[in-house]
Amino acid sequence: MSAARRAPPWRRRLLGRQNQNLWFWVFVGPFFAGLVLFIYVPIAWSAYLSFFEAYNTVSPTRMVGFANYTDMLGDPNFRSSLTTFLVFAAFIVPTTFALSLATAVLVARTRVAQAFFRSVFFLPTACSYVVAALIWKMSIFSGVRSGLANTVLGWFGAESVPWLSVTNPPWYWLVIVSARLWLQVGFYMILFLAGLQRIGPHLYEAAAIDGATGWKAFRHITFPLLRPTSTAVLLLLLINAFQAFDEFFNILSSFGTYPPYARPPLVYLYYTALGQGQDFGHGSAGAIILTAVIAVIAVAFNRLFVREAD
Amino acid sequence: MAVVDRSRGARLGALARYTALGVAAALFLVPFYLLFRNALMTEAELTSPTWHLLPSWRWENFTLLFSDPAVPMARSLLNSLAIAITQTLGVLVVSGLAGYGLARIPYRWSNLVFYAVTASLLIPAAVTFVPSFVLVSSLGWVSTLRGLIIPGLFQALATFLFRQFYLGFPKEIEEAAFIDGLGYWGTFWRVVVPNSGGFAAAIATITFIGSWNAFLWPLVIAQDSEAWTVQIALSTFLTAQSVDLAELFVAAVVAILPLLLMFLFLQRWIVEGVERTGIAGD
Repeated sequence: MSAARRAPPWRRRLLGRQNQNLWFWVFVGPFFAGLVLFIYVPIAWSAYLSFFEAYNTVSPTRMVGFANYTDMLGDPNFRSSLTTFLVFAAFIVPTTFALSLATAVLVARTRVAQAFFRSVFFLPTACSYVVAALIWKMSIFSGVRSGLANTVLGWFGAESVPWLSVTNPPWYWLVIVSARLWLQVGFYMILFLAGLQRIGPHLYEAAAIDGATGWKAFRHITFPLLRPTSTAVLLLLLINAFQAFDEFFNILSSFGTYPPYARPPLVYLYYTALGQGQDFGHGSAGAIILTAVIAVIAVAFNRLFVREAD
Repeated sequence: MAVVDRSRGARLGALARYTALGVAAALFLVPFYLLFRNALMTEAELTSPTWHLLPSWRWENFTLLFSDPAVPMARSLLNSLAIAITQTLGVLVVSGLAGYGLARIPYRWSNLVFYAVTASLLIPAAVTFVPSFVLVSSLGWVSTLRGLIIPGLFQALATFLFRQFYLGFPKEIEEAAFIDGLGYWGTFWRVVVPNSGGFAAAIATITFIGSWNAFLWPLVIAQDSEAWTVQIALSTFLTAQSVDLAELFVAAVVAILPLLLMFLFLQRWIVEGVERTGIAGD
């Protein structure tokens, strides 16, 4: 900059403008280079690999056209992994949303011990999915008598349930879903609490004068005004549901094997691409199909929730 | 009369609210109770069919865990710590700079670069794990700290949030610095950075938690036990053929203790941080 100041005016202007471009890349360059190298290049490479037969190699020579795609779409296991995701998302997204909102509303209206309740619900955010899976699998829902769930059943004279080793009824869903709820509800509650704080108390006072309190006030004031928060929370929950891997892997797999049911897409891809076969061709095709599905859902979500709000 | 009724109704409402919150809070604490109880039990207590409300306080479990040669717990803890700290500092610098550049330095293709950032937000990072693994393995970074740390330094969300934050940063301060002859670089480090402490702390907290608890990427990259993070070590014991239950729970306690202490002592600050980043619609 000092060089620019000493230079004659025409040069200063030129230098100044050049400097601006230069400085933009000094600031943004490192991040952008990393973004390209670790996100965009892998996606492009993946798209390339998806048209090749690539077992154990990333520089394949045999092109197979769309065969990997048709294989994946024709593979009942891959299709069932997509169904698994849809069922899982259809349950976990609205449930987490409702529970987080309910806790936020209850905590916000509490005067005594508010900080305590907030802390307790938020604390699980400190836990990883691995730790939660461990507690759920080995202590709460362990199939033996010493597990908490079976102990409680025992108090009522009921038989022990092998929570993770039966598929009919599919009790493992209860295990997986409750673990995720415990981990997530507190975080989204905090986001809702922040949203609730932005709603001015005078609105409720005015509504109370008109006779709207309780559920009516929630329905006509709280919920509509929480819209930006609600939209963001829904989107984050959806993205998180799509990435479900940790708890499925840790709760259901044992000694390197995974049961044939309850495989969300990432678990399926993990075993396809990084398992014994190292099948990068099919794994990449699956990743591209998943990306496409996410893009479609994101666009639909945008149409449904974001546009409407404007 | 009506006043009395309403206050009784209000009191009943408050009672119901506190009962609901109390029950929910108790349920939320049960897993923590089980974790700590189990960590201090003997193997016999852990498998006994009768319920033990309290453990026999077997503190040796901790020394047993760290002296077990088959379990690289100390090494995994060090790895996790090194990864979480470098990633947190790295993300602050890389995303802080990029966010400021995108928000404040006029450049013809600035918008295009910003679109590339937001578009990558829509692609869940986990979907790219197969191609990213391919890339990182061709760089020869499998089972290295480099492979675990470097790809995690480029967080589009952190850059996005920093940009939003700097867009709202008071321009007058920067203009004064500019007039004093500080260029973009000087203004950023001497004026902007000292005034973004709170926001940077919020991003740092979120990054640290995410990094410490990360699972899929370390699972893919850390194939040798020397490169294991705490989460991978835990997961390996959990899915192993024979499990030493007492050791498993002690390991889990060790794995969550750093974050748990952080949460207990910095709780207020973390909560404000999460709210402050404006992740959820501002």
